Amino acid sequence: MEVRNLICINCPMGCPLTVEMDGDEVVNVSGNTCKRGDTYGRKEVTNPTRIVTSTVKVTGGEADMVSVKTKQDIPKGKIFECVKALKDVEVQAPVHIGDVIVSDVAGTGVDIIATRNVLK
Amino acid sequence: MYDVIIIGAGVCGAAVARELSRYQAKICVLEKEEDVCCGTSKANSAIVHAGYDAVTGSLKAKLNVRGNERMGELAKELDFPFERNGSLVLCLNEADMPNLQALYDRGVANGVRELRILNREEVLEMEPNVTENVYAALYAPTAGIVCPFGLNIALAENAYANGVEFYFDTEVTEIHKSEEGYVLQTDKGSFETKYVVNAAGVYADRFHNMVSEKKIHITARRGDYCLLDKEAGNHVHKTIFALPGKLGKGILVTPTVHGNLLVGPTAVDVEDKEGINTTAEGLAQVFEKAGMSVRNIPTRQVITSFAGLRAHEDGDDFIIGEAEDAPGFIDCAGIESPGIASCPAIGEMAAELIRDKMGLAEKTDFIADRQGIKNPNTLSMEERNALIKENPAYGNIICRCEMVTEGEIIDAIRRPLGAKSLDGVKRRTRAGMGRCQSGFCAPRTMEILARECDMSMFDITKSGGDSKLVVGTNKDTV
Amino acid sequence: MRNYDIVIVGGGPAGLAAAVSARQSGIESIIILERDKELGGILNQCIHNGFGLHTFKEELTGPEYADRFIAQVRELKIEYKLNTMVLDIGQDKTVTAMNREDGMFEIQAKAVILAMGCRERPRGALNIPGYRPAGIYSAGTAQRLVNMEGYMPGREVVILGSGDIGLIMARRMTLEGAKVKVVAELMPYSGGLKRNIVQCLDDYGIPLKLSHTVVDITGKERVEGVTLAQVDEKNKPIPGTEEFYSCDTLLLSVGLIPENEISRGMGVTINPVTSGPKVNESLETNLEGVFACGNVLHVHDLVDFVSEEASAAGRNAAAYVKGTSVADAAPEAEICLNPTAGVRYTVPSTIRRARMEDNLTVRFRVGGVYKNCFVSVYFDDERVIHRKRQVLAPGEMEEVKLTKEQLLQYPKLEQITFKIEEE
Repeated sequence: MEVRNLICINCPMGCPLTVEMDGDEVVNVSGNTCKRGDTYGRKEVTNPTRIVTSTVKVTGGEADMVSVKTKQDIPKGKIFECVKALKDVEVQAPVHIGDVIVSDVAGTGVDIIATRNVLK
Repeated sequence: MYDVIIIGAGVCGAAVARELSRYQAKICVLEKEEDVCCGTSKANSAIVHAGYDAVTGSLKAKLNVRGNERMGELAKELDFPFERNGSLVLCLNEADMPNLQALYDRGVANGVRELRILNREEVLEMEPNVTENVYAALYAPTAGIVCPFGLNIALAENAYANGVEFYFDTEVTEIHKSEEGYVLQTDKGSFETKYVVNAAGVYADRFHNMVSEKKIHITARRGDYCLLDKEAGNHVHKTIFALPGKLGKGILVTPTVHGNLLVGPTAVDVEDKEGINTTAEGLAQVFEKAGMSVRNIPTRQVITSFAGLRAHEDGDDFIIGEAEDAPGFIDCAGIESPGIASCPAIGEMAAELIRDKMGLAEKTDFIADRQGIKNPNTLSMEERNALIKENPAYGNIICRCEMVTEGEIIDAIRRPLGAKSLDGVKRRTRAGMGRCQSGFCAPRTMEILARECDMSMFDITKSGGDSKLVVGTNKDTV
Repeated sequence: MRNYDIVIVGGGPAGLAAAVSARQSGIESIIILERDKELGGILNQCIHNGFGLHTFKEELTGPEYADRFIAQVRELKIEYKLNTMVLDIGQDKTVTAMNREDGMFEIQAKAVILAMGCRERPRGALNIPGYRPAGIYSAGTAQRLVNMEGYMPGREVVILGSGDIGLIMARRMTLEGAKVKVVAELMPYSGGLKRNIVQCLDDYGIPLKLSHTVVDITGKERVEGVTLAQVDEKNKPIPGTEEFYSCDTLLLSVGLIPENEISRGMGVTINPVTSGPKVNESLETNLEGVFACGNVLHVHDLVDFVSEEASAAGRNAAAYVKGTSVADAAPEAEICLNPTAGVRYTVPSTIRRARMEDNLTVRFRVGGVYKNCFVSVYFDDERVIHRKRQVLAPGEMEEVKLTKEQLLQYPKLEQITFKIEEE
């Protein structure tokens, strides 16, 4: 039986979670105060995901950079691949919040979208 | 072929350059750093001492008193901040009174005016935050505080306006005697000159010893300082000294001419002539010792600390004059405290010496006045609005702590001998010198520098050389 | 001189939320004065996600969160001026400001809302010894360079301070290609949110050294390395524990200070614990009609609470302008809020029952890490709130809600004491 110790990140409480695993199966989560801790513990050991935020270049706008994020969370293991995919991306102003900058980034099926407006 | 080459663009080199520029001569200044005021001149107490400290008859005594007298007039001519705030030397017990009296007597002998010994009550009335242990104090109303950058930059700009050439990033590596004078080897080629002025601060011994067998030896004596927020600037109004000890005047507590509170320096002899690192011990000592003179210093208000090097010569006096066995080689060496106070007189003395030796004639078109960077904070609302209308950059605040506008920064960059780095802008305008220590304005000042100097952001430095501020763009190494 | 009912100093999250709520409370004449070139304040450079869970029930990035409020400001046609620096405010609420187009100008306000935010503590505040080369940045300055301008301040980074900005920047620098070697924290605990420790450091294998500080900085032109040492209980470095880290960049995330120079200048009383104004239940300073909210009042961890606080300030300023707050208020003694035993401060510091809204959130911070303890609130000598908490830490702002109804049940109430208790 494998035991993984995590800190729950759902709220400032930061509950220390103990996740007991049998192979890939989560047997038990303890240490959590609420249900969100249980869900987080199970997910974090089986399929950890993250929202990735970054920047890409923008030309012809009031700013030189536009901030972006993955529209949904992507597998934690794909973070660096995702950033790499943004390296040479350059978009034209205007850019608006929610505009798709890169679709299906790093084969995750998730789009990269703009998180700020850059007007001409 | 130059008539005179001055090594070093600190306060001394600049003062000599400015005084020499009164005469018909071809003069240049060689400076190894990217700007004026980069060595001892930029990191010191900025005190215009009254002149009671130095041994009567010494050059330090004579030039300090003369320099102090000249400073007021010079500040008006050259438009730099100077204020006669007065100083107090504290005596903490009756047993030390003979030492305080001796200081008074020496001051009188040196020609310091208006000196008075105050009793405890008078001191505490004048400066309520002075230690209650005070027994008496020597009060010197003629002592003052100056902006050392302002002074140095003003002298250099005025020298430049009067025809003196300046070469920066130019380090003198060798000096050879030639038929007509000297050849100076630098990392940017060689320079020929009839006369050399050695105003190289902590390096003055190196250059002197290249041409003279009468060796001198300069020790870099480091002093750590702490600078406090303007909110603490009224903690004392006069410059407060303890009775001097062997290694200098001890730790002082003083307002600065810009309204901060400055505490320091320590005194530690160091090997490295570039060793301007502060140390934990030094910074601790600053407040420990200052606390013996002044009560309740708000130490939480420190905004920055720094260290400077004094150029201490073994003979314990300024060395100003022609090296005995090297005709045409004029030393301005061993310039430690009271160097700032003395620099107007040092400039005069060295310039007159060279004038007499070379038989230089005065210029008819010498420009005595120089206009500093306009400080909009001193203007009325009407004047300020007129200025902004004429140049909207004066309506755009870049440094919010010191309220420095884009107009001032542009002026600092564009004027002769203008700023080329973040520190250059800071010393000229105070942008980045406030309580956030350039946290907010650094990126904006960098942009203005890049635009005005037509430089890439990657070439903008903090203080020249390899002090680059940004090293690449996002993901460039991913 | 122009006249406005409410002048809001600062167009960051606090100023925006205050403006929106003041307008929604019926005030037409409002102006926001913002010193930067756009509204949104520091949120514009906080491009990470995690904002808005309380306010919008979804996870937004800083610029997206700001945009929600900016959109409301535009929709409500609230006036604002950008690139405009407030230079001074008189006790009579004359606001002197300046920009390129208008020059220096004065506005007469009926009410002023201070929403200037905070600044980062510089290196000098810690008196870190060593050289002063290029490559030493406060974390926020680096954040602006990287996130808004696309410039990398360095390649190999050591971060001092594990506040949220430091942690966030550890991840940002890593993702943009830098190597973050270590984050050092003077205290025995991190000042940042748990989530940030996990997702910004642990995810990338960046070590966090608690009870460590920088004792030396080397490099004459550009940073070449820093020396860390462990500290004892008094935060003094322990000799022999020094460890050298070769790096070209030192980022400092060593605390935030409310920017109250203008407030002080106009005579606002400052609480030395928060470095922000002392305020009453209306978030009003000692000067009538001068309100404060957001990080200028006390440094927050979550922008959602800034917005909530600022909305209250906006409503209260509106009530003040309309005269309703004064009309309702029978003169009465103020109830003093007394932070003791582990509670460092409270916002507000005083309450006038007659002027309080039905619900009042009292926010505070604790002075150390407490486990399995109680947050207790005493009305004079009677304990009325006793809430069990598993953990309390200085990095996380706490709150207690009081109701007007509850306070009216204690007509003689003079003091409300806040305590952390073991039982």
